[in-house]
Amino acid sequence: MLSDKDRIFTNLYGHDDWHLAGARKRGDWDNTKAILALGRETIIKTIIESGLRGRGGAGFSTGMKWSFMPKKEGPLPHYMVINGDESEPGTCKDREVMRHEPHKIVEGALLASFAIGAHTAYIYIRGEYYNEANHLQAAIDEAYEAGLIGKNACGSGWDFDFYIHRGAGAYICGEETAQLESLEGKKGMPRLKPPFPAGSGLYGCPTTINNVESISVTPTIMRRGAAWFAGIGRPNNTGPKLMALSGHIEKPCVFEEALGVPLKKIIEKHGGGVRGGWDNLLAVIPGGSTMPLLTKEVCETVLMDFDDLRKVGSGLGTAGIIVMDKSTDLIKAIARISAFYKHESCGQCSPCREGSGWVMRVMQRMVEGRAEIEEIDLLEKITGQIENATICAMGMSVAWPVQALIRNFRPMMEQRIHEYKANHGGATQVQVPAEFSVGAR
Amino acid sequence: MSDKLVIKQPEEFAFDAESEKQIEKILSKYPPKRKASAVIPLLYVVQDQMNRQTKSAWVPKVAMQVVAERLEIAPIRVYEIASFYTMFNLKPIGQYHLQVCTTTPCWLRGSDNVVAACMKATGIEKIGQTSNDGLFTLSEVECLGACANAPILQVDHDYYEDMNAASTEALIEALRRGERPKPGSQIGRLNSAPIDHQVSSNKPEAKSSSEGANNVK
Amino acid sequence: MTKLTVDGIQVEVPSGTSVLQACEVAGKEIPRFCYHERLSVAGNCRMCIVEIAGSRKPLVSSCSQPVGEGMVVKTDTEAVRAARRGTMELLLINHPLDCPICDQGGECDLQDQAFAYGRDCSRFSEKKRAVRDKYMGPLIRTVMTRCIQCSRCIRFTNEIAGVPELGGINRGENLEITPFIEQGLSSELSGNLIDVCPVGALTSRPTAFHFRSWELKNSDAIDVMDAVGTNIMIQVRGNEVMRILPRINDDVNEEWLSDKGRFSLDGLKNRRLDRPWVRINGKLTEVSWEEAVNAAATKLKSVSADRIGAIAGDLCDAESMFALKQLMNNLGSSNTDCCQDGAFYDLSQRGLYLFNSTIAGIENADALLIIGSFPRHEAPVLNARIRKRWLSLTQEFPIGMVGPLPSDPNYKVSHLGQDLSVIDQILEGKHDFAEILKSAKKPMIILGHGALTRSDASAIFSKVVQLATKYEVVTPNWNGFNVLHHSASRVAGLDLGFVPQNQGKNIAAMLNNGVEVLWLLDADEFDVKTIPDNCFVIYQGHHGEKAAARADVILPGATYTEKSGTYTNTEGRVQRSYRAIFPPGMAKEDWSIIVAVAKACEHELPFYDLESLRDQMVKNHPVFASIGLQESNLDLQKYTGATSKNIEKQPVMSIISDYFLTNSISRASSTMQECSKLRQTISAEAAE
Ligand SMILES: Cc1cc2nc3c(=O)[nH]c(=O)nc-3n(C[C@H](O)[C@H](O)[C@H](O)COP(=O)(O)O)c2cc1C
Ligand code: SF4
Ligand code: FES
Repeated sequence: MLSDKDRIFTNLYGHDDWHLAGARKRGDWDNTKAILALGRETIIKTIIESGLRGRGGAGFSTGMKWSFMPKKEGPLPHYMVINGDESEPGTCKDREVMRHEPHKIVEGALLASFAIGAHTAYIYIRGEYYNEANHLQAAIDEAYEAGLIGKNACGSGWDFDFYIHRGAGAYICGEETAQLESLEGKKGMPRLKPPFPAGSGLYGCPTTINNVESISVTPTIMRRGAAWFAGIGRPNNTGPKLMALSGHIEKPCVFEEALGVPLKKIIEKHGGGVRGGWDNLLAVIPGGSTMPLLTKEVCETVLMDFDDLRKVGSGLGTAGIIVMDKSTDLIKAIARISAFYKHESCGQCSPCREGSGWVMRVMQRMVEGRAEIEEIDLLEKITGQIENATICAMGMSVAWPVQALIRNFRPMMEQRIHEYKANHGGATQVQVPAEFSVGAR
Repeated sequence: MSDKLVIKQPEEFAFDAESEKQIEKILSKYPPKRKASAVIPLLYVVQDQMNRQTKSAWVPKVAMQVVAERLEIAPIRVYEIASFYTMFNLKPIGQYHLQVCTTTPCWLRGSDNVVAACMKATGIEKIGQTSNDGLFTLSEVECLGACANAPILQVDHDYYEDMNAASTEALIEALRRGERPKPGSQIGRLNSAPIDHQVSSNKPEAKSSSEGANNVK
Repeated sequence: MTKLTVDGIQVEVPSGTSVLQACEVAGKEIPRFCYHERLSVAGNCRMCIVEIAGSRKPLVSSCSQPVGEGMVVKTDTEAVRAARRGTMELLLINHPLDCPICDQGGECDLQDQAFAYGRDCSRFSEKKRAVRDKYMGPLIRTVMTRCIQCSRCIRFTNEIAGVPELGGINRGENLEITPFIEQGLSSELSGNLIDVCPVGALTSRPTAFHFRSWELKNSDAIDVMDAVGTNIMIQVRGNEVMRILPRINDDVNEEWLSDKGRFSLDGLKNRRLDRPWVRINGKLTEVSWEEAVNAAATKLKSVSADRIGAIAGDLCDAESMFALKQLMNNLGSSNTDCCQDGAFYDLSQRGLYLFNSTIAGIENADALLIIGSFPRHEAPVLNARIRKRWLSLTQEFPIGMVGPLPSDPNYKVSHLGQDLSVIDQILEGKHDFAEILKSAKKPMIILGHGALTRSDASAIFSKVVQLATKYEVVTPNWNGFNVLHHSASRVAGLDLGFVPQNQGKNIAAMLNNGVEVLWLLDADEFDVKTIPDNCFVIYQGHHGEKAAARADVILPGATYTEKSGTYTNTEGRVQRSYRAIFPPGMAKEDWSIIVAVAKACEHELPFYDLESLRDQMVKNHPVFASIGLQESNLDLQKYTGATSKNIEKQPVMSIISDYFLTNSISRASSTMQECSKLRQTISAEAAE
C-alpha cells in the first residue's frame, strides 16, 4: 500500500490552503526553472522511464505520447490540451485535483507543454465543475502574477499561456478528438482517425491530449525521479493513482493508492468495507461505468491495476470503483448505465446513435422481466454489432456493461423474465425472438 | 429540446455592458481566426445575462443569432451547439435549477429519494417541469462527477452532496427563503474524504453514512 | 502512387486515396450512405466497413481510411458482411419502412442495400422514433423520420452550395436535421439535395407523388436556363416531362443542376403556343399552318430585304438560328441579332467572347477578378466551381468583385465597389488588387454582361483587355480571360454570325424604325413596347408572352425538351441535346418551321432534315464540326479594338433582377413563381 511519504496529492481533501502559498509549502513550483532547463528530451525520457500510463482511461504511456509530437515546431504551433471532462460515472478524482491541488495542474501543464513544444495549453473542464474551474482560474491567475507562467515562464525563457475552456454538459467531450471539436466551437463529435492529434489536432495543429491526473503527477515525477515512480506498484503498472469508491460502501471517498493493491484490500481499507460486510458484496465495477463488472469471486483476488483487471476481462479505466451489495437490483443498475450512454451518444455514427437507444430499451424491459429469454441473446448480439463498429470507443461503453451482466448474471435475468411471465399470465407474452430467421442470405 | 416549444421567444437580444466585458476576455483566449471556439463561452454569457435580467437562465433563439454574428459563423452552427450541450436551456427555467443526478452511483445511494423530495418540496409533478411559483425547475442529470459524495443535487452552479430526503427538503426550503446554504457535503464530511477522516485543520465528527443509502424496493 | 491488393486484385492508386476508392478501382462495390464523392468525408454511417489484414482494428470504414503501401484489403469476408448487416439493421430500426408511399422508392440507397444486407424481419420491437418534418422551401419535401443522419445534406449546403443553413441539432438518437429558421433554403442549387440524400427524407416537392421512378424514360439534354450547358437527363412518361436530373460531366457541371434547370419543368406546359395564329383585322385568329406560313411569306416578300430583321432569343438551338440566318441571307437581309440585351462583343477572335479558362479550369486559377457579373445568379453551377476553388486548401484564392452584390456570392470577395473606374486604378497599379493580379500565376478575369450591356461597353472591354495584357492573364499555358454568358443560345449565335453583318442593323436600329418586318425567334427578353406600331411581327416560339401578343403571325415552336439541338456553352463547348417528347398540339420543331416559310418565300433552303441542316451548318461554321470543347486561341496582341473612350461614371447593375424568372419557361412555371415570391418576402424581411 502507498506510504504517506509517496503521496503526490497531499491536499487531496482540501484541508490545507490550495492557493499558491499553500501549494509552494507542499513543494509545488519548487525550482521549476531547473526542470525546464533539463530540456524537452530529458523530460520526455524521464516520464517514459517512470512508466506513467495515462490516467484518463486508456492507459497509454504518457511519455511515449509526448514523443510523438514533431521534434521541431514547424509552421503550425503546437498545442497541449488537458482533459478535465471527467464524466465517466463513478469517476470523481480530477475534480479534487482541480479544486484542492490546482497548482499541480498549472505546473504540470507548463512542463508538459514545454516538453511537447507548445506555448499554449487549454484545459477542458466539464461545464458542471463551475466552482472547480474557478479555483483553477484563481491558481492560473496567481501563477501569471508570480511569473510562473506567461512570458518567460519561471525565468526559463519559455513563453507559456494557459487557458480554461469550459464544456457544457456532454460526456462525449471527454473523448479526445470530440474534445478538440468542442474546443473549436463545434459539436463534440469524435473525429475520424487518422489523422491523429499529434499530427493534426486542435485547429489542425500538432496536439497532445492528456488527462488532468496524468499532467498533475509529472512535476512530482520530475522532482523525485523516474525510479521513485517506477518503484511504486507493479511492472508496467507503476505509480500512485487517484481512485474513488462509490456505491454501497461504508465510507465512500476519493484516495490515492499504489497501483497493484488488491481490490478487496482497497475496499476494506479506504472504504471501510462493503456495506453489510464483504459477504454482502454482489458486484464491483472497477473503473468507471464502461468497465465490465466483476463478481465477488473475482473481487476476492484481483489487483487494482491495468494488467490484472484486463486479465479478468475488465479494465482499470479511471479507477472509479462502484460497489454494489446484494440489495442491488443489478439489472436496473446496468440499465441505468445503458440509459447514460444512450443519453450521451453524440449521434454521429449509426451503430451508437441507434444501438444505444435499442440496448437501453431492451434493458429497461429486462429490469421488469418483460422480455423473452431469447432477447438476452439478442442483447448480446446487438451489443456486438455496436462494439467495434463505431468511430470512437463509445461503442464499447455501450456494449461492455451489458455484456458483462449477461456473462456473469444471466440466471438473474432469466429468473426475472420467468417471474414476470408467472405474474402476467404465463408464458404467452409475445416478444420478438432473437433469431427466428437467418438474416443473412 | 424541440424547436417547436410553446414558449415565447423574445424579439430581441443584445449583450449588456457586463456581458461585453466578459466577451472581450473570452475572445482573448483564442487565436483571432478561431473565434468560433468561443461559442460555448458566449452561450454561457447569454444564459447568465438572461438570468441577471429575467431571473431565468436560458438561451433564446435571437441570442443565438447574436452570438453567430459576433463570432462570424452561421446561426445554425450556434443552434447545433446550444442544443447539443445539455447545460444550455432552450426554454425558460425557474429561478433555481434543481439538477438531481440519477446515474448509477447516485442511484445506488438513494437519488430516487432526492428526486421524490424535490417533487414534494416544490410541488413539481414531473421531471423537467417548473414549479407553479416559477421558483424551481427540476431536471434529471447524468453523472456529475462527484460519485464519492453521492447522491448529488446541483442547484445552479453548486453541488450539494451526500443528500437524502430530509436534507433535500431543508435545502429547498432554505432556497425558498432566499438563503443559499453552503454547498458541499450535507453530512459534515470534509469534501471527498472518508466520513471519519481526521485532519488537523478540520475535524468533522465521525458519523454513520448508512442513512439514505438504500433505495432498493 | 500506392500499391495494394483488394480481394487479391493488385491495384495502384495515388497516395491519399481512400480504401473505398481503391476498392472501386479494383471493381469492388462498397456500400455506403454518408460517403459522397464530392463532399467531405464524414465516416459516420459505418456501412462501408472492410477488413484490413494486420491492422490494429481489423474492421475499418473504408471511406475514411487512406490506402497504405502493401495493404491487403478484403471486402467480402464473413466478418465484413456481418458488420454491414449489423449496421444495416441498426439503421433500419427507427426507419419508418414506408417504401410504398415514398418517392425515393426504386432509387433509394437504403432500399438497395437492405436488399443486400438486410434481414427479412425486424428484431426491433420497441417504439420507433418519429421526427417532425421541416420546411425547406417550395422545392424540397421533407419526411424527416426517414432520415438516416448521414449528414450529406449538411455537407452539401456547407460545402457546395455555400449556404450553411442546415445543421444537426440535439444529439444521440434525437439528432435531427433542420434549418435554423424554417423559411426555405436560400440556395440556387438546393434541388441537388434531393439527389444527395440517399433516402426519401428529402424529395422533390413540386413533383411529389407524380410518378414512380421506374415509369420514366430518359433522354440526354442540355439545360438552357443559363449558359453553363449543364448536362441533364430529361425523364418523361408518355409525352410529359416528369423530372429533370443532372448528368455527370466533370468538365461542366460535375453532378449539379441549378434549381431553375430542375424545377422549371411545369413551365413547359403552361401558356404554350400550340397552334398557329395570324392577326386578321387586328385580332389574332387561329389558322392552319399553311395560312400562317403563307401570311408570313407574303409579308416577307412584300418588303425590301433591308427592311426585314430577325432577332434570336436566349433559348434557341444553333440549328434554328442557322436556318433563320440562312433564310435572312437568302432574302437579302443582313439584319440579324442574337443579342436582345444589346451586348457588345469583339468578334475578331473567338476567345474574346468565351469563358476561356473553362469551368473545370477555375480550379487551377489563383486569383479572380469579376467585373460586372454576379455568377451566383447568372450561372449557379459555375459559381459552385468558383466556390470549390475558393474552399480548396491548396492555395488561397483572392476574389475581387466590381459590380452589384445583391446577396452573398457564396464565397468571400473583396468588393471593389460598383464603379467601373476601379479598372483604371487597377490598370495603373494604384489598387490593392493590382498586387494580387501581379503576383498571381494563373489570374482569372470574368467579364459579365452587367458591363457588356452598357453604352460604354466597348470602352470597358478595351480596358479589360489592357488589364489582361498588363497582368499576363493570357499566357501560352493559361488563359484567364473570360466572358460569362447567361444566355444559352448566345455563343452559338455569335459563332454562327447571327449578328448584324455588312452594315446590317442591330436590335436597337431595327427597333428604331429600321425594319418593317421583324422575325422574333423565341425572343422575349426585350421591351416589346419599343417595336414600332407599323412593324409586322412574326413570332416563332413556344410561350405566349408579350412578344407573342404583339405578333401578327405566330408560328408555334418547340421548347428545348421537344427538339434535338446543339448548344454552345459559355466556354465555347459544343453540346448536343436530344428530343425527349413531341411539341404540344400543332407546334413544330423550329428548324422545320423556318424551312417551310423559306419554301413559301421561294427561297428554298438547302436542307430537308436535321442531318442535312447540320451538314450545311458545319460546312459554313466548322466550329460545330465536333461535339465538345473547341480549341480557340486567344492572342491579346492581335486585339485591335482599343479605344480612347472613357468608362462612364454610373454604377454597374445586375442583369438579373430575379433569378427564378429569367425566361419564358421559368416565368410560366408556378414553382419558379413561388420561389421568387418567397425569396422576395425573405429579403424584404431581412431589409427591415
Ligand atoms: C467516450 C469517452 C469518454 C472519455 N472521457 C474522458 C474523460 O472524461 N476524461 C479523460 O481524461 N479521458 C477521457 N477519455 C479518454 C480520452 O479519450 C483520452 O484517452 C485521454 O484523455 C488521454 O489522456 P491520458 O493519456 O492522460 O489518459 C474518454 C474516452 C472516451 C472514448
Ligand atoms: S436528410 Fe437525407 S441527406 Fe440529410 S442527413 Fe438525413 S438522410 Fe442524410
Ligand atoms: S460511407 Fe464510410 S462510413 Fe459512411
